[in-house]
Amino acid sequence: MPMSLWQYANPVKFMALSAKVLPWVTGLTVLTLVTGLIWGFFFTPGAVNFGTSVKIIYIHVPSAMMAINIWIMMLVTSLVWLIRRHHVSVLAAKSAALIGLTMTIIALITGMIWGQPMWGTYWAWDPRLTSFLVLFLFYLGYMALWAAVENPDTAADLTSVLCMVGSVFALLSRYAVNFWNQGLHQGASLSLDKEENVSDVYFQPLLLCLAGFVLLFVTLLLIRTRSEVRRRRVQALEMRERMADG
Amino acid sequence: MVELGKYAGAVMSAYGLSLLALALLTLVSWLQSRKTKAALDAAQARRDARKAE
Repeated sequence: MPMSLWQYANPVKFMALSAKVLPWVTGLTVLTLVTGLIWGFFFTPGAVNFGTSVKIIYIHVPSAMMAINIWIMMLVTSLVWLIRRHHVSVLAAKSAALIGLTMTIIALITGMIWGQPMWGTYWAWDPRLTSFLVLFLFYLGYMALWAAVENPDTAADLTSVLCMVGSVFALLSRYAVNFWNQGLHQGASLSLDKEENVSDVYFQPLLLCLAGFVLLFVTLLLIRTRSEVRRRRVQALEMRERMADG
Repeated sequence: MVELGKYAGAVMSAYGLSLLALALLTLVSWLQSRKTKAALDAAQARRDARKAE
């Protein structure tokens, strides 16, 4: 029988598959994240320019990358909803929002904590910092819109459109340093071009932390999407009960 | 314990706050998961009881 990704848009199939996958992803998340953070915190030297504050990189860079990429994932799943009307897809976007918001807060706070000793200030209206703050506000707005609209399909439509608009700021957050060659924030710490990457001694644990954050996102996304699917099912059953009661 | 020197406050507060935020997010997600599972089990039990009547 031909397999298709779309079959997992069926809530029953999604719940069955995610129940099987979740324990493995959870175990892998704990292993990767704990190993990466312990390696980065305890077993890497201080840097010439940054001293031991360089250890913040293992939290700051992965959380910042996740903050941007989660919004892009929300954009893709929202587009799937708008085009193909798959409920699991938009529920995944809704479930990802709180994770993305948390990642954005972590990136902002660790950036501010790091900025004080490096730049002499917690905050500057630098292009990357400002676009990240706007991304944070978009996450808040997205979640507020879901909470404000009673009809779930209307809420899904409106939040999907908001997601498309917010994607501009997600991309700006990523490329602001390249667009405007000004501000305090340095360029990317990770690049496909090996010459631009940080030294291997920092790069290897950083890659592991990055994998850990991605896996943490997948774990939490599965847990939260499963909750949203169940919540929809409860609403449907309660509606049937009310109709049966007349 | 690793020697952090003059950046000890910055590094420890960055790690502490971040891990706290991630722990809270995980806890909230897990509690919501338990709550919705219990609600669904209860709704399905009511439906099954109605069918049996």
